Amino acid sequence: MATTDPQFDSVDMMLNMGPQHPATHGVFRMVLSLDGERIVGCRSHIGYLHRGSEKISENETYGQVVTLFDRLDYVSNLNNEHVFVRAVERLMGLEVPERAQYLRVVLAELNRVASHLLFIGTYALDVGAMTPVMYTFRDRERIQNLFEHVTGARMMHNYFRIGGLKEDVPSDFASRVRAVVADLRKGVDEVDRLLTFNEVYLARTRGIGVIDAATAISTGLTGPCLRGSGVPYDVRKDDTYEVYDRFNFNVPIGEFGDCWDRYWVRLRECYESLDIIEQAMAQLPEGPVMAGGRRIARPPKGEVYVHAENPRGDIGVFLVSDGTDKPYRLKVRPPSFCNLVALEPMLRDAYVADAVAILGSLDIVLGEVDR
Amino acid sequence: MSVEGRDILFVSIGLLALFNGLMVVTLSLVWLERKFLGRLQGRVGPTRVGPFGLLQAVADALKLLLKEDVSPGPSARAIFYVAPLLVFVPGFVVWLTIPFARELVVRDLELGLFFFIAFSVLSIVGMVLAGWSSASKYAVLGGFRSAAQLVSYEIPIIMALLSVAILARSLNFVEIVDAQGTVPYAAVLPLALVVFLIAGIAEVGRTPFDIYFAESEVVGGPFVEYSGAHWAVFFLAEYINTFVIALLTALLFLGGWRWPFGELPDVAAVALLLGKTYAVVLIIFWIRASYPRLRIDQLMGLGWKLLIPLSFTAVVAAAVQQFYGWPIWSLTLLSAAALAVPCYLQVRRQREPAMERARRYARQAIAHRARSAPTSDTPQVESTAG
Repeated sequence: MATTDPQFDSVDMMLNMGPQHPATHGVFRMVLSLDGERIVGCRSHIGYLHRGSEKISENETYGQVVTLFDRLDYVSNLNNEHVFVRAVERLMGLEVPERAQYLRVVLAELNRVASHLLFIGTYALDVGAMTPVMYTFRDRERIQNLFEHVTGARMMHNYFRIGGLKEDVPSDFASRVRAVVADLRKGVDEVDRLLTFNEVYLARTRGIGVIDAATAISTGLTGPCLRGSGVPYDVRKDDTYEVYDRFNFNVPIGEFGDCWDRYWVRLRECYESLDIIEQAMAQLPEGPVMAGGRRIARPPKGEVYVHAENPRGDIGVFLVSDGTDKPYRLKVRPPSFCNLVALEPMLRDAYVADAVAILGSLDIVLGEVDR
Repeated sequence: MSVEGRDILFVSIGLLALFNGLMVVTLSLVWLERKFLGRLQGRVGPTRVGPFGLLQAVADALKLLLKEDVSPGPSARAIFYVAPLLVFVPGFVVWLTIPFARELVVRDLELGLFFFIAFSVLSIVGMVLAGWSSASKYAVLGGFRSAAQLVSYEIPIIMALLSVAILARSLNFVEIVDAQGTVPYAAVLPLALVVFLIAGIAEVGRTPFDIYFAESEVVGGPFVEYSGAHWAVFFLAEYINTFVIALLTALLFLGGWRWPFGELPDVAAVALLLGKTYAVVLIIFWIRASYPRLRIDQLMGLGWKLLIPLSFTAVVAAAVQQFYGWPIWSLTLLSAAALAVPCYLQVRRQREPAMERARRYARQAIAHRARSAPTSDTPQVESTAG
């Protein structure tokens, strides 16, 4: 504790957390000033994973840029591909076949569940529970296997194309999705029973890293972090895209804006996503999966901003075209990066152990933060 | 050879046997933990080295011994290398006086329990020194955490053991086991058993109390800079301490090598004791698989606000029963009543709808933070602007 005695001079300890700390989920670095175990200051450093994706994009054709988007938020690759191809399609005024839109939604929602499962597992690990991560990885593996079956790759899919999909899904897609969804419901239930209302888990995450709705909005939080503070903002509902308006789903929100609420929102979203997948599979029309026209995308001169609901929040793509087959300028609004802004107000007066819980609850992916 | 010389020889042979036995025990515990956790977590654990992966732990131990032993440049080298021994040796020496059967003990000390307490406390020094000498902030943080945690949890352990000693009117392990007769102390003093087991898990730093080497916070705490054989010594000490807590639980509360149906032959008695011990070990592993880690202030709260009062209650109850010569079942009643209070509170809490409970936790935590918020003289969080 800091003392008020002027004779007694105490010095805060600087603790360098990261970029090689197991709880920073990659190469994030926090320099904490500690008074005992209490955090009195925090300076965050990013950029260890900067690859210049946005600049590289200017030298790649539109079709090739999709592969760079796979590598931004590398645990929800399809969601990233989705927002980019939508941006180009908007610029070109392309009409995407309905079947492709449905399949995109199914795959993107599956990827959302995979991403949230990864979060739940690693977050439990952050607060010291070692079992949930095994369960969630088991279930995430089911999704990855399905993706491998459909796209040929487990992570870097390069499956969404400007104007549709690379190819139609395999013939057993529907039955496999049904099986996976059934397994996932069971798996998420299992983790829910083990973790959500565990006494120690509640003690570790409730009332920690509280951020109220007004501050959350003003710091630019989006996604589950914003909804955890009780703001029901979801791009899929509020600025709906593709066929999301045809499905019936809820937007779970939290109450206090603490770590547990952010976890809770993600957990509930898994169920909502599974609902969307089931509805989409029931409505899935037959037909082509690729819009006709030229193979090489050459959008007209102009600019466009398209955003979408990623597992981590509101991802935005700003695209400027000069009429050639390569983007003139590309800017991504990465949700993880913007969510990180809230880290410092949340860390105020927290303990070291809380710092781990708070950073974990923001669910950042450094590939996206640093780009 | 003089009597003294023969004595030293006997103790040396006993220690050698103990050391080898404890190696085997450690390897078995590592294997058991990995297999058991694997089963709980929907995986299979080690399978590749030896049948059922039995030799995995041996392979790991060999690897550790062959690894380069690195010490950080600015570390206090001498202390850095002595600290593992300071942790290991006390953990090992206590085995001198712990019996596996009535005759199977290296030194049947009259003050066995006292000897155990006196030596097990010593390992704290090793932890703190390891943390301090590593010249790493994570290690220092872990070392201080371990000092706080271990010192706090020594008290309930000692008090729980004291209540047993009062009941048995002896500090000698063999006499305590014999005093249990047909009714193990688990039935007489369930309160002391619960306190001892919880505090014991905290004492050996197993989840949910693995605060001082929390992987995701202080990345291994006092051990963060250790590698190779020195790290292996810490590892060994952790498992030996886990085993000693389980063995003491079996000896002092579960009747040791006795069972309620008369005397057992020697081999069966040892097997029974080991069976009870491993059962307790499995419970410890099971708890590890089920719970997240507490925070240091919550850990302190649990220790000082719940376990210490409960352990004192156990001592007073045992003393009163012995002083007035009340029948033994009265102590069971007293002890169970004392245990019933926190249990009832917990059950009432669990009955509450889960979401309500979660809300209440949030409100309490927020109110607690508001109360304990630092005054204006504490510097606020610096901004990263600029």
